[in-house]
Amino acid sequence: MAAVTENDGVMRAADGTPLKQALARATRMNKMRAFLLTTPLLAFILVSFILPIGLMLFRSISAPEVAEAFPKTLEVLKQWDGEGVPGEDIYATLAAEMSDRDNRFNLGKAGTRLNYMESGFRSLMNKTTRRIKRAEAPFKDAFIKIDKRWGEADTWKTIRQAGSPYTIRAYLNAIDLTQEPSGDIVAQPEVKQIYVTLFERTIWVSIGVTVACIALAYPISYLLATLPAGTANLLMIFVLLPFWTSLLVRTTSWIVLLQTNGVINDILVWIGIVGDDNRIQMIYNMTGTFIAMTHILLPFMVLPLYSVMKTIPKDHMRAARSLGANPAIAFMRIYMPQTVPGVGAGSILVFILAIGYYITPALVGGQDGQLISNIIEYHMKKSLNWSLAAALGGILLAGVLALYWLYNRIVGISNMKLG
Amino acid sequence: MSALPSYAGPLERFWYYAFRFLCGAIFVFLISPIIVMIPLSFNAEPYFTFTPEMLALKSEAFSLRWYQDILDNEQWLHSMKNSFIVGIAATLLATSLGTVAALGLSRAEMPYRTLIMGILLSPMIVPLIITAAGLFFFYSYLGLAQTYTGLILAHTALGTPFVVITVTATLSGFDRNLIRASSSLGSSPQRTFFKVILPLISPGVISGGLFAFVTSFDEVVVALFLAGFEQRTVPRQMWAGIREQISPTILAVATILVCISVLLLATMEILRRRSERLRGLSPS
Repeated sequence: MAAVTENDGVMRAADGTPLKQALARATRMNKMRAFLLTTPLLAFILVSFILPIGLMLFRSISAPEVAEAFPKTLEVLKQWDGEGVPGEDIYATLAAEMSDRDNRFNLGKAGTRLNYMESGFRSLMNKTTRRIKRAEAPFKDAFIKIDKRWGEADTWKTIRQAGSPYTIRAYLNAIDLTQEPSGDIVAQPEVKQIYVTLFERTIWVSIGVTVACIALAYPISYLLATLPAGTANLLMIFVLLPFWTSLLVRTTSWIVLLQTNGVINDILVWIGIVGDDNRIQMIYNMTGTFIAMTHILLPFMVLPLYSVMKTIPKDHMRAARSLGANPAIAFMRIYMPQTVPGVGAGSILVFILAIGYYITPALVGGQDGQLISNIIEYHMKKSLNWSLAAALGGILLAGVLALYWLYNRIVGISNMKLG
Repeated sequence: MSALPSYAGPLERFWYYAFRFLCGAIFVFLISPIIVMIPLSFNAEPYFTFTPEMLALKSEAFSLRWYQDILDNEQWLHSMKNSFIVGIAATLLATSLGTVAALGLSRAEMPYRTLIMGILLSPMIVPLIITAAGLFFFYSYLGLAQTYTGLILAHTALGTPFVVITVTATLSGFDRNLIRASSSLGSSPQRTFFKVILPLISPGVISGGLFAFVTSFDEVVVALFLAGFEQRTVPRQMWAGIREQISPTILAVATILVCISVLLLATMEILRRRSERLRGLSPS
C-alpha cells in the first residue's frame, strides 16, 4: 500500500485512512490470527481440563445439603439467640421438614454433611427422622425423648452453622483444625491430626528426592557434557531409556529388586553382609518409595542440567587453572555458578512431579510410605468425603501452581524442553 | 574431563578414576532395574529372583511360559487393543490441536503468550490425582465416564503439552521467509502449511506425537478413575496385577513394553538427527 500525503500533512494509506490507524489495524489482524490458531486447543483445555478441575475444587467450599433439606427450619433458627434451647416453633418446623416424604433424599445428604461436622450426627438424624413422623405436639419434648442431644444448644448451633451453603470447614479439616458449634476454630483432637503430618511428609520426601536427584544427576551430567559427542550420545541411552520406559514397568522392577526375596537381598546374602534370616525390608515402606521415586525422576534432572552444562565453554576451567586455581577451587568458583540455572530448572521440575506423586507410593509405599495424593484418592474412592478430598487437592494444587509460577519466572515456560 | 591432562598430579589422577567409577555406579542405578527383569521374564519357575539353575545357564531353567500366558489371557489381549485404540486416537487429536496452537504461539504477534502457554501446559504440571478426580466428576456428569470417548479426551488433554513444547521448539528455528516466499508466489495459507511448513517441522510434530502416545500408553491414574472394565488399558491391567497378586506374567509384559520404548527411543534419535540435518540445510 502506497502512502500518500494529503494537504493536512497526515500520512495516509492508499484507501485514505491515516497510516497509523491502518498499521494498528494490520497489527490487530495479525494478533487476531495468531490467537485464532491457539483457540481450538485453548478451548479444548479450558472445557475438558480446567473447568472440571475448577468444579471439583468448588466442592471444597460448597455445602448446600443442609440448606436444601431444612430451608424453613434455618429461617426460623435465625431468630434464635443461641442461649439455652430453641423454642417449640423451631422443633415443630424441623419435625414438619423431617416428615416430608419429598424431602427424603435431601435428608440423607444433609445427614452425611452434618456427620462431617460432628460424628454421630448421621445416626441421630436417621433415628429421629424414623420416629418423629409418629410423634405429636409438643415436638420439643418428642425430640428430646428420641435423643437427649436435641435438648443441647450445640446440636442446634451445628445445624445453624451447616445451613450456610459455603463453608471453609473442609479446608480447616485439611489442616487439622475444626470449627466448634460456637464458631471458634480449634485444633482437631490429636488422633485426628493426620493431614499436616502428611503434607509435611510429602514435602520432606519431595525435598529428599530432589536433593538425591541433584547429587546423582550432577556428576553424570558433567561427564556427559565434557565427553566427546559420540561417547556422550552413547552414554545418553542410560538416561533416555529409563525416561522412555513405562513408569509401571520401572516400579515393578523395583519391587522385584527390593523385595525380601528379591535380587538385591539375594546378592547381600550371597556376599555375606546379611544373614539369610534377617533380610532387609527395603520395600512397602518409605525406603522403597524414596528409591523408586528418585530413579523415576532422575532423568528430569539430568536433561536440563546437561543442556546447561553443554553450553559452558571448557576454556573457563582451563583459564582458571592457568591463573593458579587448584581444580577444586576452579570448579567451585568458575564452573558451579554457571550451572545454577540448570540445577534450578531441574529441581523445580522434579519437586513439582514428586509432590503430586501417586502411583509409586501406592504400589511400593506400604503403610508409612503414603503421600498426600494417596490420601486424596482414599477420600475420593473409599471414604467418599469429597469435600475433604477437594480441599486437600486445592492445597496441593495451590502449592504446585506457585512452583509453576516460580519456574516460569526463573526458566520461562516457553523455554521448557524435552529430551 | 575428556582426558587426563599431562600435568595432573597424583591426587587429580585418583579423583579422575574415582569420578568415573562414581558415574559408572549411577549409570548402573539407572539401567539395572530395566535390565534385570528381562532375563527374569524367561524364568521357568514362578519366582521373582534368579534360581541357581538360571545362574548356571541351564536351558531347562528358561521358558517362554509367561509370554504364552499373555497370549492365552483374554484380558491382556483386550487391554493391549484398548491401549492402542485410546493411544492412537488421543495422539491424533493431541498432535493436530497442539501443532496448530504451536503455530500461533510461535508468531511474534501472539498476545498474552506466557499466560496462554501456561494454561496449555498445565495438564503436564497439575498432579495427576487432581486431574483424575476433576475429570471423574465432570465426565460422570456428562455420561462420559467408563466410555472410550472419555478416556480418549482425557488422554488428549494430557498429551497436548508435549506436542506444544516440541513443535514450538522446532518452529523457533524455522525460517519465516519461506512462508512469505510461498504466499508471494500465490499459494493459500492452507497450501503453504501443508507444502512448506509441515514438511519442515515434521520431525518436531512426529516426536511430539510420540510423546503424546507414550503419555497415553503409560497413563494409569486417570485410567483408574475413568476407565471401566471394558476400557482397561495395559497400565490399568498391570496395576491390577501388581496390586492383587503379582505373577511373572507382569515381567513378560514389562519386557515387551521395554522393547517398545527402545523402538521409540531409536525413532526419536533418528528424528533428532534428521531435524538437525534439516536445520543445517535451511538458511537462517
